[in-house]
Amino acid sequence: MSLIIFLIVFPLIVALVLLGLKADRPRDLVVAGSTAVIAAASLVLAVKYFAEGSAYFPAHSEAVSYLMLIIEAAIGVLIFVLGLRHKKYLACVLALIQTPLVIWFELGTAHEIQVFNNLYVDRLSIVMVLIIGIIGSLICLYSLGYMKDFQKHHEDEKDRRPWFFFLMFLFLSAMFGLVTSNNLTWLFFFWEITTLCSFFLIGFTKTEEAVRNSFRALIMNLLGGLAFACALVVAGKWYGVLDLDQFIYYGSMGYDVTILAALLVFAGITKAAQMPFSSWLLGAMVAPTPTSALLHSSTMVKAGVFLIVKLAPVMGWGTLAGMMAMLVGGITFVLASCAAISQTNAKRVLAYSTVANLGLIVACGGIGSSEAVWAAIMLIIFHAIAKSLLFLCVGTAEHQIGSRDIEDMDGMFGKLPRIAKFMVIGICGMFLAPFGMLISKWAALKAFVDCGTPLMMLFIVFGSAVTLFFWTKWLGKLIAVMAGQTSIEERVHKVELGVLTGLAALVVVVCVAFPVISQSLVVPYLAGIFETVDGLALSNSNMIIMVLMVALVILLPLVFFGKTKKRIVPVYMAGVNRGDDLTFVGAMEKDVPVSLRNWYMEKWFGEKKMCLAGNVLTILLLVVVFAMIAGGVLANV
Amino acid sequence: MSNLAMIILAVVLYILLAPFVGGFLAGLDRKITARMQGRFGPPVLQPFYDVLKLMEKEAITVNKVQDFYVLCFTVFIVLTGAFFFASGDLLLIIFTLTLASVFLVVAAYSSNSPYAQVGAERELLQMMAYEPMVLFAAIGFYLVCGSFNITDVLHFSGPAAIVYLPLVFVGFLYILTIKFRKSPFDLSMSHHAHQELVKGLTTEFSGKTLAMIEIAHWYENVFLLGFVFLFIANGTLLSVILAVVVCLLTYFLEVFIDNVAARMKWQFALKSAWLVALVLGFVNLMVLYYMM
Repeated sequence: MSLIIFLIVFPLIVALVLLGLKADRPRDLVVAGSTAVIAAASLVLAVKYFAEGSAYFPAHSEAVSYLMLIIEAAIGVLIFVLGLRHKKYLACVLALIQTPLVIWFELGTAHEIQVFNNLYVDRLSIVMVLIIGIIGSLICLYSLGYMKDFQKHHEDEKDRRPWFFFLMFLFLSAMFGLVTSNNLTWLFFFWEITTLCSFFLIGFTKTEEAVRNSFRALIMNLLGGLAFACALVVAGKWYGVLDLDQFIYYGSMGYDVTILAALLVFAGITKAAQMPFSSWLLGAMVAPTPTSALLHSSTMVKAGVFLIVKLAPVMGWGTLAGMMAMLVGGITFVLASCAAISQTNAKRVLAYSTVANLGLIVACGGIGSSEAVWAAIMLIIFHAIAKSLLFLCVGTAEHQIGSRDIEDMDGMFGKLPRIAKFMVIGICGMFLAPFGMLISKWAALKAFVDCGTPLMMLFIVFGSAVTLFFWTKWLGKLIAVMAGQTSIEERVHKVELGVLTGLAALVVVVCVAFPVISQSLVVPYLAGIFETVDGLALSNSNMIIMVLMVALVILLPLVFFGKTKKRIVPVYMAGVNRGDDLTFVGAMEKDVPVSLRNWYMEKWFGEKKMCLAGNVLTILLLVVVFAMIAGGVLANV
Repeated sequence: MSNLAMIILAVVLYILLAPFVGGFLAGLDRKITARMQGRFGPPVLQPFYDVLKLMEKEAITVNKVQDFYVLCFTVFIVLTGAFFFASGDLLLIIFTLTLASVFLVVAAYSSNSPYAQVGAERELLQMMAYEPMVLFAAIGFYLVCGSFNITDVLHFSGPAAIVYLPLVFVGFLYILTIKFRKSPFDLSMSHHAHQELVKGLTTEFSGKTLAMIEIAHWYENVFLLGFVFLFIANGTLLSVILAVVVCLLTYFLEVFIDNVAARMKWQFALKSAWLVALVLGFVNLMVLYYMM
């Protein structure tokens, strides 16, 4: 237990220390040292509880509960004041409803309910702790280099890096608390802290756009927070239970926990940026890139899917909450993937791909079968690593080539050879066999087919076709060999390159070691929450084939890549090639420079169309589901 | 003979014989096409002569890396077929095929040449067009036989899969036109004479590399006909003979379509292939879902 408390408290202390550090040098030392400690501590926790599988801790403390309540009240006041100052009255209204509701509940009802265990660890928390502890730490480390460049680019502005690093570490602390809290009120507390952290991080640059987008994120997440607060009240007033494990146990025993599950799923959907709430994550792009990497890979959105996957045992096509998660996730997966086709901005492509993949995870959680949860957990792991790598690569590339547009990534292999290679690894990791995400998508496909409704097949089949398209065209752009490029890679900060190398290696290692992860962590977790674990999509022999294919994909380039004795000739063009592969002789003997553009098919897959369709469908769905629940409640009254 | 020995034999036979079968089919294709156009046509062995000639060409390339991608394309196409004839998992086979195709697209992209890149993009579009229907076909087998594994599909005791999957079969034939690179969907490259010099996707490939692509396509075609075979065969000798006949008829049908259709725009390819997947594939599976 002390380890869990250490993981929550230590980043918090580091955050406070960093808030006071103005100079580069001490900050470098503190961040480097503390990230190493955090990563090590999460590894120790994983090893320690690995054999036991799960452990629950009472950790009773009145003082902590009161402290949390005071902080929650303070946050409420803070949001109210900020909302007033920026004239975002919706945020004020939401804070005005939510905070008194929670205070009233915690001082009244919650006080009388005995919570058996406040903290816990199980194998799913171990997976999450490792993701937060290792990937989150690497991103903080990377930020050191990135934020120096960032400050250079914004010289005329006040150096607010202490605030930035304070938020990053506070975020880690809150995430550790979120994945180890068994008491729903504690979970809610950490949930709200992550909302607040993301609000401040998105608004970090304080430009008009940043403020607008940060409030959008805040309002959408407060909506989810309100649903969570309602869930607390329902849990306390109706069921008299505030232990997460108890409530899931009741649900899997056949008690009706529909309302509670549906409210929590709704909260998860907002945090996981599913349609109709996907726009807050797209808006989050205004923040410095490490923020995006953190939000997309190891924190924030993963908190949303974590909660939904946690609830898997009480879901399924037969339950309203399950149906809601499945359909919202499925629709989001297809339409967000389509929207990604029309984007030229690399960060927006990544963002839509995150939204889509989270949709897949949410849908898997909604299906709630053992094979679906297997796919969901694997997706969480692979996505966290590959996505953080890609975001950080784009961040570095942006600082070096001055653009985050995919169309400007011509000849990346010449300009930034290592960064380009890492990007290729990340992209392959996101969609291509035999790498990780595909393995999980394979499992998801089988789970979708078995889920009890043919509708879900439709989503995954079209979604994966579209995914293939937008990733490969980006891959092609990166891989195109452009003449006359010289490397500018020496300008990249050492610490950035180091982190990127580490993440790229991690992608490969996890792809090779995934059968071990499956056998030692995921399957035992499933055995703990389901009566039988059967019908895993990938038989052992298929897993071995996949690993062998990874080996082949790694070996082939080592042996054959770039080795040719052939004579190199210019490419064919519409006129005579000038010999440099960059210009040709056009009409009237004029030199015409070659410029190549990819397909974006705005007319077919335009972002506006896709989001409109997705928002309308999902809003209708949410309204119908909650109307049905309300009807059920009223009928019983 | 034990199961494992059978599998190894099947894979070895595929790797050794598929290029000959594929090349021979390509020769037949050219002969039939010529007759349909009122020409005499080349000898049936012409595709082999072409490949041998390509092998003799001067070794040139536009950059140092594209040969590597083409090699990977070939390796993974052969692997796709090998998994198939080893009676592996249908999804594994489809994903390996996708990996191979991505390598070909990337090879064309890597040249940074206008013609090759347009070809690559069109190829990618075609992949997006046919992928849903291919996955629906695999799911169809799963719903009928309860497994994605080809061994189980072949040992399924009921009637041939086509009885349950008639619409899926028609849909599969539709996207097979794209996979065989036949008109109206020969957008990224075709086998027609007017395209011999600037041939879309393969514009920047020459000599041995181009020969390798040709051979890889022969492997791929044999594998695709194998997929058609699965719809008909159900373990009896009669069904196997029937299945081979259907495969040949399918091939003839594709050649026929190639000769009567003009090339269509990419919009039509994408729209129609998705519509076919939705109407034929999905509707068939819906019925099956509630029936089984």
